[in-house]
Formats: sequence, structure tokens, C-alpha cells
Amino acid sequence: MLEARLYLLQRASAMLLAPLVLLHLGLILYAIEGGLSAGEILGRTKGSLFWAGFYGLFVLAAALHAPIGLRNILREWTHWRGRSLDLATGGFALLLLALGLRAVWAVTA
Amino acid sequence: MIRASRNHPGWWAALGHRLSGLALALFLPAHFLVLGLALEGDAALDGMLAWTDRPLVKLAEWGLVMLLTLHLGFGLRVLALEFLPWRDPLKVLISLGAGASVLAGLLFWIMVS
Amino acid sequence: MQDTAETEEMLEVEIWRGAEDGALRTYRVPRRESQTVLDVVTWVQRNAEPALAYRFACRVGMCGSCAMQVNGKPRWTCRTHVAKVAEGGKLRIEPLANLPKIKDLATDMAPFFEKWAEARGRHEPTRTRHEPMAPVSPENPARAAANAGIECINCAVCYAACDVVGWDGSYLGPAALNRAWTLANDERDADRCGVLRAVSQSGGCHTCHSHGSCVEHCPVGINPTAGIAGLKRMTLAALMRGEL
Repeated sequence: MLEARLYLLQRASAMLLAPLVLLHLGLILYAIEGGLSAGEILGRTKGSLFWAGFYGLFVLAAALHAPIGLRNILREWTHWRGRSLDLATGGFALLLLALGLRAVWAVTA
Repeated sequence: MIRASRNHPGWWAALGHRLSGLALALFLPAHFLVLGLALEGDAALDGMLAWTDRPLVKLAEWGLVMLLTLHLGFGLRVLALEFLPWRDPLKVLISLGAGASVLAGLLFWIMVS
Repeated sequence: MQDTAETEEMLEVEIWRGAEDGALRTYRVPRRESQTVLDVVTWVQRNAEPALAYRFACRVGMCGSCAMQVNGKPRWTCRTHVAKVAEGGKLRIEPLANLPKIKDLATDMAPFFEKWAEARGRHEPTRTRHEPMAPVSPENPARAAANAGIECINCAVCYAACDVVGWDGSYLGPAALNRAWTLANDERDADRCGVLRAVSQSGGCHTCHSHGSCVEHCPVGINPTAGIAGLKRMTLAALMRGEL
């Protein structure tokens, strides 16, 4: 029942992402006022458990959500199917997770 | 050509949802790499942020904010359609979602310029 | 006689001739009052193109045989008035989309019906004919949900309207899944879990993206998207309980 499990992960991550994205958008609008600077961003995030947890969760949910959507698009809009597609999109999930957690570490640790 | 059977709000919402999602998925690795520059110190990240101050890059960023809000709005439509006991095709919600993202995009534009 | 024919209002009708490698051919058909698209096709077959292949039976919207693409949209042609769909006196009539073309307006419906069987569309009884009928309350919410989907006439209009059917050959499609939804809500069915398992395979209910094209085009007002969403929720609950 791979499809049912992927559907569950896709919708569950979406429900988690919805409030996270809203807060992220709010933060973007707040942060860009007066221009962006590394000092300002890092001053807000460095050593903050809240932002580490918030963006850690965000990265985890996005790393699940994006590859499942990408798999659907590739299955339906190209002729790519089967195990090689599952492995490639699984690899994309791991790549997003690794790069995302590295980014969270970079701005909060 | 768009088939006549596709010309209804639900189909356009689904297309917008899919294309915005695709663009966001491709942008994510770049976004994470830029933030990872902070590992090399403030200067590296500031160098990148200075690059993003160009008008064309600003326009691309505005596009990303729009894509994110559109994807959120259309995604909420799908969740409502599938998990709430509503039976109509939620045309109101589609318009609300699209309207909200335009508003967010506008706000972003006013604040950066 | 000829004078009246020249002043008569005429329709310009393009009709698909041939199989997959066929082409559109144009016919001039006299416009009549209260004319349906099926009337137009029949006029062409009787007066201009005796070899034209098309399907119909009841002519009153019950049998589901006469569905075709009319100006790009799948419709039941016997209940579609020309006045409602002709654009500038023009009609383009093609065989249903997403199904193999056999000849002219006749498609091979086998894949459509095979998917009903794949979705476990057959009722599994709990009682034999020798036992009394099962009492089912019409107020029961599950029964009300099933009732909303049982008037399907198997015309395949939803199947032709659905993009996901065109994109993914394994997708069961709105009609078969709507049938599965009515069975999953039927307390007289002996193996409702089997229905949920059948629609959780690759190409099952989770493949639907809720475009809603089936709802837009269903001629009898069924909402397959709502039923498929119901199956999604039901299968998730079964998955959590470890029953899938």
C-alpha cells in the first residue's frame, strides 16, 4: 500500500506546513523591512531553540512534501515510472533533508 | 491548446498548485545552500544578500513569495475538499486563496521598494 | 423545394471519421427546433454518411451509451440541445476522450468497465436469496452517502473529462471509484475492507488530485470527487488500524 502511505505523508506534511508557511511568510514581510543583512538574520536566530525547532520541523515536512509531489508530477507528465523514479525522488528527499538541516544548523547553532 | 473540458476554476487551481509546487521544489536546494553560507561567517552571507539586492533578483524573490502563498492557498483548497464535509467545488475558496496571495505579493513589493 | 433548402438555417458540423489516425470531416445539417446533438449525428448517418458509426439506445438519458465530445467537452448527446452548445452555428463532434477509438464516434469501452471490476465494483452479498431482505434505514449517514452516488448511468463522461485518467493509464477513474464508494458505504456488503484494499492499489483513489472535472461534467449531477475524498479518508483510517 505504498500509494496510501505516500498520500498520508503528503497530506500530513501539508497540514503541518500550512501554519509554518504562514509564520514564515509573516517573518519574511517583517524581516525585509529596511533591507536584509546577515547580522540581522543571525542575530535573531543564533542560539534560539525556538527558531531551531521551528525551521527543523519546517525542513523535515518540506523534505517529505516536495519529493512526493515531484514523484506525482514526473509519473503523470513524463514516461518515468517504477523503481528508478522512486529511488530518485527518495534521493531528492534525503538531499533536501541534509541541505535543510545544514542550513538550520548554520543559522541557529 | 487548453481543452474545453479543462476550463473551470478547479482545474486552473490544480494547475496553479502543481506549477507553483514544482517551482518551489526546484528552488528549495538553492535556498538551503544560501543559508548554509552562514557557516562560512557573516561576510559570505552578506555577499550573497548584496547580490540579491539587484532589481531582477528582487523580482524573482517577489515571484517566490507569490508562489509560496499561491501554493498554500491552493493546498488549503485541496485539504478542505478532501477532509471537510463540503460538497461544492469550493470556488469561493479558490478566489480567496488567489486573492490572499496577490495581497501578500503586493505587501512584499511595497516593503522592498 | 430547393429554394426552401437554401433559405433554411444550416449547422456546420465537424465529425470525427476513422480510428486513431482518422480526421474531422465537415457536414452541413439543417437546423431544427429542439434539436439534440444526437439528432444531428443521426441526421448525418441517415442523409449524408450511411457508414457513420456511433452508439445510442434509449435517447432519454438513461442508458449511458451516447456520450461524445461536443466542442471539446464530453456530454450525453441525447440530452444535449444544439441551442445550448453550438458556437456560431458550429459543432465539433468527436469520440469520447481517454478511450481507444474503434471507428468514427464509437470508442472501445472495455478499459472503462474493466476498471469497475478492478475497483471491486461487484457487490458481495451478506445474505442469500432465501433469507429475508436486510432492513436498511435511509436516514443512516452511510446509506445517505451511498445514495448520493448510485444514480450513475455508466456513460464515461467523467472518465473522458478527467485529466488524471489521461496522464496515468492505471488510474481507475471517477466512475469506478464512485461505485467503490457506494459499496464501501453499503452495510449489506460482506467485504467492505476488500473494496478499500482494491482502491488503495497504485492507480487507486489516492491518485486523484481533486481537479473536479468529473463533477463539472457529470450529466446526472453526481459528485465523484466527494466520493473519492471519502474513500481517501476511509482508507487512511483503515491504514491506521492496520486493516489495509
